[in-house]
Amino acid sequence: MPLAIARYLLPALLPAAMALAAVSAPREALAGPTLDAVKARGQLVCAMNGSRPGFSVVDSKGEWTGLEVDVCRAIAAAVLGDASKVQYVKSTTQTRLTVLQTGEVDVTLSNVTWTYGRDADLGLDFVTPTFYDGQGFMVPKKLGVKSVKELDGAAVCVRPGSTSERIVADAQAQYGMKVTLVVIEDQKELNTAFFGGRCDVFVQTTSGLSAIRAAVAPNPEDFVILPEIFGKDPMGPVVRQGDPQWRDIVQWVVFALFEAEERGITSKTVDAVRKDSKQPEVRRLLGTAGSAAGKGLGLDPDWAYRVIKQVGNYAEIYDRGLGNGSKLKLARGVNQQWTNGGLFYAPPF
Amino acid sequence: MATLSCRSFAKTSDGAPPRLPPPVARGPVGWLRRNLLASPFDAAVTLLLALAIAWFVPRAFAWALTDAVFWAPDGAACRGAAGACWAVIGEKYRLILFGTYPYEEQWRGAVVVAIFVAMIGFSAIGGISVRVKLAAWALASVATLVLLLGGVFGLSPVRTHLWGGLPLTIVIFVSTVAGGLPLAVLLALGRQSTMPAIRAISVGVIEVVRGLPLIAVLFVASLVFPLFVPPELQVDKLIRAIIGMIIFFGAYAAEIVRGGLQAIPAGQHEAAKALGLGYGLRMRLVVLPQALALVVPALLNDIIRAFKNTTFVAILGLFDVLGAAKVALEDPVWVRYAPEVYIFVFILYLLFCLAFSRQGMAVERRLAVRRR
Repeated sequence: MPLAIARYLLPALLPAAMALAAVSAPREALAGPTLDAVKARGQLVCAMNGSRPGFSVVDSKGEWTGLEVDVCRAIAAAVLGDASKVQYVKSTTQTRLTVLQTGEVDVTLSNVTWTYGRDADLGLDFVTPTFYDGQGFMVPKKLGVKSVKELDGAAVCVRPGSTSERIVADAQAQYGMKVTLVVIEDQKELNTAFFGGRCDVFVQTTSGLSAIRAAVAPNPEDFVILPEIFGKDPMGPVVRQGDPQWRDIVQWVVFALFEAEERGITSKTVDAVRKDSKQPEVRRLLGTAGSAAGKGLGLDPDWAYRVIKQVGNYAEIYDRGLGNGSKLKLARGVNQQWTNGGLFYAPPF
Repeated sequence: MATLSCRSFAKTSDGAPPRLPPPVARGPVGWLRRNLLASPFDAAVTLLLALAIAWFVPRAFAWALTDAVFWAPDGAACRGAAGACWAVIGEKYRLILFGTYPYEEQWRGAVVVAIFVAMIGFSAIGGISVRVKLAAWALASVATLVLLLGGVFGLSPVRTHLWGGLPLTIVIFVSTVAGGLPLAVLLALGRQSTMPAIRAISVGVIEVVRGLPLIAVLFVASLVFPLFVPPELQVDKLIRAIIGMIIFFGAYAAEIVRGGLQAIPAGQHEAAKALGLGYGLRMRLVVLPQALALVVPALLNDIIRAFKNTTFVAILGLFDVLGAAKVALEDPVWVRYAPEVYIFVFILYLLFCLAFSRQGMAVERRLAVRRR
């Protein structure tokens, strides 16, 4: 008897539950500007990977560090005035976008590659890339190789069916050379094979290569990542669709990081520049041009000054997380301002 | 009859000549022969195992102790070491034990762990009434919450998303068991109820939850649930996870309790009814004490499993001991010393689970004494 009741009850309940979800889901999306919610809460909530050296990891003291962590802190500095008013939610590749859709986090900074499919289908907005990853070639320094073109006849370590394998095939066709593929499925065995000398070249994402080099290489200085980068892996902050103000805030915080680097304003010099500079763009950036700046974003004029003062410009962030100030020692590559031949280009302030 | 004594049966002379005892070897040699070399097959197995041990133990010993590095502040000393690098524990134990709890406040987590260990010991002492023990647990729980949450007595407030490591594991485990056991009893009683609605709900909850993996229950609690409720009614993520774990634990334990209830003879019910006891008193005074005493070993199984199930909260982004250990291993300098870290976590879990099972045995012994 009880089973019979359950049998009739469940089919009746399920559509009801779905209808309820359908009614409440759009309400969630329109639930006021994210900015108000963040200010009311007094904390910015960011979804983080937590397991990507250089981007977001937890150090021995339980503190979060990395490039994407610093971008999150920059947003908090702009919106709440304090870079430490941040709550990090560790998320996996399965949950990083779901927690954003459910409203649990305000922004996802979890190495999400910006792709057409994700942007079009998920009800999310990819703001602007803060790191351009791509497939790179790592070789032992003692080979004296300076470019991928010189790799004719080399043995190349790749994972079967990976993007890297395709990239190697493309590079062979492009430069008219012939390499021997050493195909190994397991990442650990792949590392052992390369550092054990079974192959001359290791092909993977540049951020992955630099992490492997720092972690596994007997002596990290003996290996170089060649300057050519193949494939596209742009990653940056992701926000919910339907809140243009919040999207703009995140976007201009990132642009402020770029602009500050382009103009050579660092966390150390920002006070002096703010006092002395007569350039209108700098004055608008640092909030000395007048009280109107930042109003359209719903922020006070000093927001970008606080970002640079508390977190630093993009170069400082990169150096701490991935560059020479870190264990990864990953060269800037295309992750430069456009003035240095890179891909970062902030619209004028 | 009265003249009989033991002596009258003793044969003092004549009869058969004295014989040697049967050839049962005694002493260590005999033990060896009986247990290890009884047949050619036994001998072969013994030899193989002895060789394996002789090969393994010295290597394990050298790896873990003689060749091991115990102190290497920046990991450099570990790089060339042939043995284990225990320095990784020295570097990362705070992160593993307390997760992202603020570094300066981690002594509060340490106190919580100490309270928990003390409470396990206290509960194992015989001769203290259950009421006193329950009161002590309630007091310890309040102290734990005050310590971890802060905000009073000059302790700085720490929000639950920062909780981590062993204190988090303990909080989840204790709340799961403390909330899950009463739920299990209610569900088991509900399943046996004569009222169709209550029975249907109990059966439904038990069967649906038992048919789901714990991961799915936690995903629903953390990702699906927020879709249904407006933001102002949002419940803390940790509490949502704990509620999910309580329901999961309750559904499983309910079936164990039901087994105990069904083992109570109908005569007990009838005798209690004959004494004029109502349903509540009958269950509380007669049926449940006997039923629960019967199922202690099985319940203990579930309780130990609940302790290990706390590791599942890592998928919600909470740092339990294992989750924090995994995060600790993302550090490029220390990533290669995963075996050492996992052995540390293994020993930690082993110690706690052993303590629970010793405790369970003590409870069983006490109950056995009472039953006699």
